[in-house]
Amino acid sequence: MEVKVEKTDKQGVLKRIAGPVVTAVNLDAHMYDVVKVGHEALMGEVIKIQGDQVIIQVYEDTSGIRPGEPVENTRLSLAVELGPGLLTSIYDGIQRPLSVLVSKMGDFIERGVSAPGLDMTKKWEFKPLVHEGDVLVPGQVIGEVQETSIMHRIMVPPNAKGGKVKSIKSGSFNVTETVCTLEDGTELPMLQRWPVRVPRPVKEKVNPTIPLITGQRILDGLFPIAKGGTAAIPGPFGSGKTVTQQQLAKWSDAKIVVYIGCGERGNEMTEVLTEFPELEDPKTGKPLMERTVLIANTSNMPVAAREASVYTGITIAEYFRDMGYDVSLMADSTSRWAEAMREISSRLEEMPGEEGYPAYLAARLSEFYERAGLVKSLNGESGSVSVIGAVSPPGGDFSEPVTQNTLRIVKVFWALDAKLSQRRHFPAINWLNSYSLYLDTLHDWYDKEVSPEWNKLRSWAMGVLQKEAELQEIVQLVGSDALPEAEQITIEIARMIREIFLQQNAYDAVDTFCDMSKQYDMMKAIRTYADLAYAAQSAGVQPLQIVSITSKGEMPQIKFIKDYKPALDKILKDMDAEFNTLRAGA
Amino acid sequence: MKEYRTVSKIAGPLVFVEKTEPVGYGELVNIVLFDGTVKRGQVLDTSDEIVVVQVFETTAGIGRDSGIRFTGETIKMPVGRDMLGRILSGGGKPIDGGPEIVPEKRLDITGAAINPYARGSPSDFIQSGISTIDGMNTLVRGQKLPIFSGAGLPHNNVALQIARQAKVPGSKEAFAVVFAAMGITREEANAFMQDFERTGALERAVVFLNLADDPAVERIITPRLALTTAEYLAFDLGMHVLVILTDMTNYCEALRQIGAAREEVPGRRGYPGYMYTDLACIYERAGIIKGKKGSVTQIPILTMPGDDITHPIPDLTGYITEGQIVVNRDLHRKGIYPPINVLPSLSRLMNLGIGKGHTREDHKKVSDQIYAAYAEGNDLRGLVAIVGKDALSERDRMFLEFADLYEDRFVRQGYDEDRTIEDTLDLGWDLLSALPVEQLVRIDRELIAKYHPKFKKEGAPQG
Repeated sequence: MEVKVEKTDKQGVLKRIAGPVVTAVNLDAHMYDVVKVGHEALMGEVIKIQGDQVIIQVYEDTSGIRPGEPVENTRLSLAVELGPGLLTSIYDGIQRPLSVLVSKMGDFIERGVSAPGLDMTKKWEFKPLVHEGDVLVPGQVIGEVQETSIMHRIMVPPNAKGGKVKSIKSGSFNVTETVCTLEDGTELPMLQRWPVRVPRPVKEKVNPTIPLITGQRILDGLFPIAKGGTAAIPGPFGSGKTVTQQQLAKWSDAKIVVYIGCGERGNEMTEVLTEFPELEDPKTGKPLMERTVLIANTSNMPVAAREASVYTGITIAEYFRDMGYDVSLMADSTSRWAEAMREISSRLEEMPGEEGYPAYLAARLSEFYERAGLVKSLNGESGSVSVIGAVSPPGGDFSEPVTQNTLRIVKVFWALDAKLSQRRHFPAINWLNSYSLYLDTLHDWYDKEVSPEWNKLRSWAMGVLQKEAELQEIVQLVGSDALPEAEQITIEIARMIREIFLQQNAYDAVDTFCDMSKQYDMMKAIRTYADLAYAAQSAGVQPLQIVSITSKGEMPQIKFIKDYKPALDKILKDMDAEFNTLRAGA
Repeated sequence: MKEYRTVSKIAGPLVFVEKTEPVGYGELVNIVLFDGTVKRGQVLDTSDEIVVVQVFETTAGIGRDSGIRFTGETIKMPVGRDMLGRILSGGGKPIDGGPEIVPEKRLDITGAAINPYARGSPSDFIQSGISTIDGMNTLVRGQKLPIFSGAGLPHNNVALQIARQAKVPGSKEAFAVVFAAMGITREEANAFMQDFERTGALERAVVFLNLADDPAVERIITPRLALTTAEYLAFDLGMHVLVILTDMTNYCEALRQIGAAREEVPGRRGYPGYMYTDLACIYERAGIIKGKKGSVTQIPILTMPGDDITHPIPDLTGYITEGQIVVNRDLHRKGIYPPINVLPSLSRLMNLGIGKGHTREDHKKVSDQIYAAYAEGNDLRGLVAIVGKDALSERDRMFLEFADLYEDRFVRQGYDEDRTIEDTLDLGWDLLSALPVEQLVRIDRELIAKYHPKFKKEGAPQG
């Protein structure tokens, strides 16, 4: 077949096709330019230039593409479209709305279809917040749009010059219509584009001091992440990474949630897609979907788009951060992202680093996590992006490159443990291996907002769990009856901390979210039991009697009761009475 | 069609052809031997200088004099209604002596990804009649749930039992089985075929057989042919299709073989770095599409080399599939069938298919409680080996006994025993009643009052 190619400065010719990586010649290109490949104009991105050969990763399936077909350079870098319409959207890795793709090409993802990230025709009610004659700076808020229950602030793009407002309109506009004109003739629509591989600029980054409350006891209580912080959840398959990520997406007290399903299961994304619109935000009572942007690039969708999906997500997160919102971003899973890099790299025949991953793996990971943070944005507002990345280590082995390179960067480590999940201890986060480096900076917040006692209670609980681990080693050798009486009680208290406080049922309507004051009350109740138990034991009561008091058996039920206070008070009262009887009998 | 005689190199399953006109990536290639035999292959790499063709059969007989014909289209599978009841080779040709398939459609075998937005949420409980699956790791329509096994374990029987007994209680919709064998022995294949014939399942089945002595490279397309057929039956004809793929380990070996022949940079244990994506393109072809009647449910079977669940094949599979059913050697040695160890097993979609309206309201909590109790009892076995039973506390002894009882009564069942979900759950309660009520911390009081045998007898309200 003869391919006729008209040579323009923007057009090149395909020379070689090998899976998602293709080579073009005679193409005038720069790194990361977006190009259209072949007669079907498949979207691709320049990733390597070698002499007159330009190597391109293609975001769609390349079957049937032949050498000789044209390649056109758009001269733009891969960018996302930012503006009203982002919220409640579901995108693929390169910001094509999946609902639009269904209407354009049916139930299966075909190729060669482009779709804008935002609905270009929908009208939004724009309310200006600046006046004629005001002098604008980059990043400044010029107006707002009630997008869902979230107010979408329209800003001057960070890369615009700014200047004096010549005219500003009010009323109903689509995202491409000019709403504000500056003296120098610059026209500002609501829509702005931003290249995904470049972090959006900020005035300064500040150290985070407020926790991101997630309603998950082991996270908020023992290993908190700060707003603007970074966390990693590594774990073997089946240990509950995805459930944990979804719990965070549902319940974390961020204003905006960006959820990236990167190389994961299609059915799981469907679960998110069906559940989120039905679930209510515990604070506002509005559907969770109203504050959510979903990016779904499942494992069988093109691998290059998977590589891009993480950047697409974080750029959207940064955009909302610039409005002064707290954003939390979940990436599930960063290992699939790293594998996409590996796959592309090996097709480029680059010299591999550890386990075949490219040598720049560590750099890419740290660049990504560094885009998190609590910031003062260009307009002076304070906003944050918290990044929580799932890691899927092969064989559950944490010594592999993705886990190790991630741990060097992130401040919070939630170690998922297959043993715990096999025992149906959920969330299966190992309390001995996990850590949070935000404890010190968040100390004051817990003192003020929860209780001055909280930090002490937390270290007490950690102490008991640590002690239990030591005692268990002895029990493994000699059996539990051989332990001294006080330590038999310690084991029982540790069991209570594990089963009552740490275990949490994500599928129970009440237990799925537990606020800080309930967490405090629960921990405090366990502490009360502990104090009474040790006192009784030193007064001569048998450990068997202490551990088998009836009131304590009711305590796990507290988790499932919404208005738990009366029940808890009753348990504590009964417990006091029971211990009094025991002590009297000793 | 133009024929080239410009083969420059043949290495393993790969044929390198020079000086061609532009050839499309992924195109189907016919290779004509000197004696007129035609072999099939696919373009793996194409440029204006050289085209690399992967041959799906042995390269025996291919030489520099062979004629290469590029067909100009990607590999297509002829599909039709009359495929049901047929036995095809791993390459899709009838081998049962019957006529050629009358194609109603020709479909691309790579299959496009289902748009996540178009997917329906899987929630129809499939009753397999096996307690450890129904009760503890429930299968739902549209799920992909592999069986992880080891050499010499009865995974084939488990798969057959599922294929035979699987049903959605109360539903009478059209149901079909697509069975794809990759590199299994003739003997194993015969066992499958006999069972299909014995139970009459063959007439609603399509069988693809790539046996151990068939070309390894053909295994690359066998699952794709099977799934293309399954998608046709499900989404065009509206049937509920159960796809059994066995043995995925042989498939991955074939993948490695091609990777090595192409001199690619290998990933873990020599398997190609793109194995995750490649496997995902097979496993993800399960599911339900909103507004369409049928569904594709997958049960891939793989044997874990050295029973090692961290081996790349089970590992990558587990990251893609919605859980796994693990067949266990210790249970098998104890003479328990089906030897399914629920501890490392998991069904991720279980919660969508159980509970009120699907199975029974107590399902989730009963299964959680059995899990926890069995895990604890199982841990104690290690301890008993060191300190002896006498050193255990009263509580520990009860859990230890629970573990034994559970394996003997709950796990063990007959090859033809088909338990309903009610049987399974009642059996679960029966076992749990051996433990003191206050140890049942994962079940709320109302459910205990309603289902616990002890309280039921005392006249508590019944479900």
